[in-house]
Amino acid sequence: MAAEEKKAKLSHTLLPAESMKVMAEAVGIAQVPEETCQLLADEVSYRVKEITQDALKFMHMGKRRKLTTSDVDYALKLKNVEPLYGFHAQEFIPFRYASGGGRELYFYEEKEVDLSDIINTPLPRVPLDVCLKAHWLSIEGTQPAIPENPPPAPKEQQKAEATEPLKPTKPGQEEVGTLKGKGQSASTPDGKGKEKKGPVLEGAPLKLKPRSIHELSVEQQLYYKEITEACVGSCEAKRAEALQSIATDPGLYQMLPRFSTFISEGVRVNVVQNNLALLIYLMRMVKALMDNPTLYLEKYLHELIPAVMTCIVSRQLCLRPDVDNHWALRDFAARLIAQICKNFSTTTNNIQSRITKTFTKSWVDDKTPWTTRYGSIAGLAELGHDVIKTLILPRLQVEGERVRGIVEGPVVSNIDKIGADHVQSLLLKHCAPVLAKIRPPPDNQDCYKADYGYLGALLCTHVVKARAQAALQAQQVNRTTLTITQPRPTLTLSQAPQGPPRAPSIIKVPSSITLPVQTLVSGRPSTPTQPSPPPTKYIVMSSASGNSTSQQVITFSTSAVGTATSPVSTTAPGVQPVVKLVSTAQTAPSATVTGSVQKYIVVSLPAPGEGGKAGGPPAQLSPSAPSGLPLPGLAPPASTTVKLEPSDSPQAPPGTPIPFGKANGAQGGVAGSPQPSQ
Amino acid sequence: MYLELVYNQHENEAKSFFEKFHGDQECYYQDDMRVLSSLTKKEHMKGNETMLDFRTSKFVLRISRDSYQLLKRHLQEKQNNQIWNIVQEHLYIDIFDGMPRSKQQIDAMVGSLAGEAKREANKAKVFFGLLKEPEIEVPLDDEDEEGENEEGKPKKKKPKRDSMGSKSKKQDPNAPPQNRIPLPELKDSDKLDKIMNMKEATKRVRLGPEYLPSICFYTFLNAYQGLTAVDTTDDSSMIVGGFADSTVRVWSVTPKKLRSVKSAADLSLIDKESDDVLERIMDERTASELKILYGHSGPVYGTSFSPDRNYLLSCSEDGTVRLWSLQTFTCLVGYKGHNYPVWDTQFSPYGYYFVSGGHDRVARLWATDHYQPLRIFAGHLADVTCTRFHPNSNYIATGSADRTVRLWDVLNGNCVRIFTGHKGPIHSLAFSPNGRFLATGATDGRVLLWDIGHGLMAGELKGHTDTIYALRFSRDGEILASGSMDNTVRLWDAVKVFEDLETDDFTTATGHINLPENSQDLLLGTYMTKSTPVIHLHFTRRNLLLASGAYSPQ
Repeated sequence: MAAEEKKAKLSHTLLPAESMKVMAEAVGIAQVPEETCQLLADEVSYRVKEITQDALKFMHMGKRRKLTTSDVDYALKLKNVEPLYGFHAQEFIPFRYASGGGRELYFYEEKEVDLSDIINTPLPRVPLDVCLKAHWLSIEGTQPAIPENPPPAPKEQQKAEATEPLKPTKPGQEEVGTLKGKGQSASTPDGKGKEKKGPVLEGAPLKLKPRSIHELSVEQQLYYKEITEACVGSCEAKRAEALQSIATDPGLYQMLPRFSTFISEGVRVNVVQNNLALLIYLMRMVKALMDNPTLYLEKYLHELIPAVMTCIVSRQLCLRPDVDNHWALRDFAARLIAQICKNFSTTTNNIQSRITKTFTKSWVDDKTPWTTRYGSIAGLAELGHDVIKTLILPRLQVEGERVRGIVEGPVVSNIDKIGADHVQSLLLKHCAPVLAKIRPPPDNQDCYKADYGYLGALLCTHVVKARAQAALQAQQVNRTTLTITQPRPTLTLSQAPQGPPRAPSIIKVPSSITLPVQTLVSGRPSTPTQPSPPPTKYIVMSSASGNSTSQQVITFSTSAVGTATSPVSTTAPGVQPVVKLVSTAQTAPSATVTGSVQKYIVVSLPAPGEGGKAGGPPAQLSPSAPSGLPLPGLAPPASTTVKLEPSDSPQAPPGTPIPFGKANGAQGGVAGSPQPSQ
Repeated sequence: MYLELVYNQHENEAKSFFEKFHGDQECYYQDDMRVLSSLTKKEHMKGNETMLDFRTSKFVLRISRDSYQLLKRHLQEKQNNQIWNIVQEHLYIDIFDGMPRSKQQIDAMVGSLAGEAKREANKAKVFFGLLKEPEIEVPLDDEDEEGENEEGKPKKKKPKRDSMGSKSKKQDPNAPPQNRIPLPELKDSDKLDKIMNMKEATKRVRLGPEYLPSICFYTFLNAYQGLTAVDTTDDSSMIVGGFADSTVRVWSVTPKKLRSVKSAADLSLIDKESDDVLERIMDERTASELKILYGHSGPVYGTSFSPDRNYLLSCSEDGTVRLWSLQTFTCLVGYKGHNYPVWDTQFSPYGYYFVSGGHDRVARLWATDHYQPLRIFAGHLADVTCTRFHPNSNYIATGSADRTVRLWDVLNGNCVRIFTGHKGPIHSLAFSPNGRFLATGATDGRVLLWDIGHGLMAGELKGHTDTIYALRFSRDGEILASGSMDNTVRLWDAVKVFEDLETDDFTTATGHINLPENSQDLLLGTYMTKSTPVIHLHFTRRNLLLASGAYSPQ
């Protein structure tokens, strides 16, 4: 029926005479002459057209855009024809299409319905009743930015304004008109935060619109106050809510300049005061703003970029740089910068090249402290493989020497040491995958050493691992054996005492730091270029390093870690396995991030008493745990002593969540050892 | 021509003729062409009303004398007697002296099913002025003669009413006599209401291009595409929605809930002498924000509150117009007259009368206390899709699917104006508060403004991209608001349109107008809704714009 209507809209379309024949047969008239069929076809086509046109009338009067079956019913009623009963598909009629023998056919698939099924199925929920809701569409000519209204300025429009801000505006967009242009100098953000605000002196009186901020309504002011308070306040739940609001609300456009100023001022003040937590909160706000699909940030980059950059390269971000985990903030901010570059860098504003220049400059400088150094490298590394290849790899040798100077030289200061360790692990982390791609397969330690100096050996190990991983993922094999060399168990007991004093600071930080990583991971699915394989878990079983015979990597495609551990214990009978969390793929460079959950569980063979204790970590890493938690890890020289166990995995006492901050902090202590995650 | 061929059973020739010439037709006739194209058999023509129209009525062409001579000569030279016959038979050629019109002028005027309006059609005198307001002193004293002319008294109660017209403060020369049609007497409650109205009017926001109104949008949620009609009371206290599921729902939008009167038994117990008798007759138990009125058996296409807020009209696909009491929330009368769906209905601004228009191509005037119509306005060639009373209640405007707007005289039932120019069925009408102008909106997405006195098009407002279902002038007539299927509310500068209006002698004589293309200058604001077609607009007494529509999830 409805299929015929579709056709009827074209002029002079006729139903084929054959269908008349078919219909006639369907009602039991066998022999219909050809002429009759033709006549009938004409007649039926005309009637169908007529009824359809009447039905259109009902559609118009019903103030709808879609013709419904009831419209056709009413049109039939108009002609004193019994309406068709049983056609009440409200929304959408699933026409099937079939073609064959050069003909096209549309049909409506009708399923046979068993009445008893209908009787037995529970009643559907009663649809909600009609209700009336009032909101302000416009207040004295301007449209308030509330969820009930469509986004005041679609992103394209904001973009257009950012690029050509002096176009005359139409009425009705007035509020937009007054808003825009305030970020006119936004296209000249300077990497160091010295934005050029001077007007372009080019003779022509280029009108620079005042940077005055749009008047906010009382509600907006309240909202702004609430949001900013929640974002930097102490209540984590509130903060999550506020960030969620920033990331999703469509009407924040008018408040954007204020948020931007809030962030940049906040960073300025808190860097001076070394208030790490607040800086983290502010960076999370930046992240949320960037996540909001209705906001176009370009006009405010001149404020945001310096703020973010500060968080990456600042000399000191926290009161106690030796214990507080400011590295995570640097990593996070570096990712933000990378995303900004990705989203906003164009050939005209050159954001990426400027940022790169800034990073490189501070890195190359000999006097740069390790913190800044770390930030620069992180920032560069996040910018992608090409940047790593062209800027980082050539400097690996120099950097390696510098690291060696600290690590192997006379103990200068703890801070420097930690910094150097971080830089080293960062370099390894980012460079290995790149190297794995650009270097031909035979990985020779000596070659690497020749090419990259001090770091060469480590790099080589990592590259091997990266390759193996890639191979693993590519093959998707169930069982692969991976050889893990453990060249230097450099774990020193001197770091064990760091555990207890760290605790207070960790307690302060953990929830705040773990969350950005969470959001980061969840917000990231756009970054990975590779299709993410299903989550796999690696369980590395290693025997004691002393009598190391074989290490096995067992890949399980199942999810429950708990079940995964049991086969391990059975495959290695006679030993008490300690299952230990090693690391995840989170820290891998963006280009090779698989986006999947990868958990490494190293099974070592400690003294029998350790089994029960070590059973805890897998439970923590159950699928509900944030995938992004980088757990520092090492394949410990397992069977050496029992006491080593608590010292290198103090962060994983059974049953307690593993704080990111602590975990990362511990990374420094074990930096010399190979990290299976790489 | 095509029809002749069909009629004489030259089917194939007819088809080829159609193929050849339908491209020459203006695009806005394509709907008709579609109807035509479906016709290929003689039998089909019986019973097809459109065909009947084509065959019986003449297509009106306005042509200058020179052009007419040219056409005549051309046809004679070519010996095309047949065509000449057809021209004579089916075209009414309205000849005028003077310059031929420009293409643009023609484009502006054509579009209706039966060509343009004849010139004579718009010559009748129309009293478009407002009726004198009955004199009511704010402290109630004896007044009420409507006919009395107290010239001496300044009408301070009608502030700003005539801000744009050139009307004198005294008697409007264009106004019809007060007793031209009998109007109901004012009741005490009406007077109270008028006083309220005036008080509100003094607080009214004065609108203009710099002072745009605030818009409050009432969204009908969960309406599942069923909302077909909305109306608001004059004092904006209630909103009614007509739904495709045959229900009529009345909402109170003020904190005051809707209550119905107590039952007769309870009522007899009430002390009728007490001061608060009006309060006492209400049944508190029935108080609710929403009342649902059941009674129709088809989609409700039109609703209208009576000016005194005691009654509600609704019209439906089932062919009836129903009068509901808002005291008891029950149906009082079902007016049966239209045998086909009734598309629209509206109360007179003075109550008592109401008009309805429907698929049967006529508009009917009713009085609430008569079960038969008082007048039948026949003349439209297709469905009457919308009906509106003139503010002075002496005229009725109807818009039709034949793409014309007609103005009818309530007194004698004559058609006094035909406005052609829309290219699609008309779906909304609005009179300016001073009664001089009429705004019409159609499926073509244009708003046309008409000068009723001269019978001329006064302006064209382009901008909407879909059917315009709602039009309303602000209380002082400065702003015209239009709401459309394209999910926007647009505000237009009405004052400027009418200021620019040129009415020289030639224009009035021939009815040719030159419209400036200034829609963009006149557009004061566009407000998008969130996929909510705007189907009703209403200015409150303080010039707050209320818009409403049903949210339709995509």
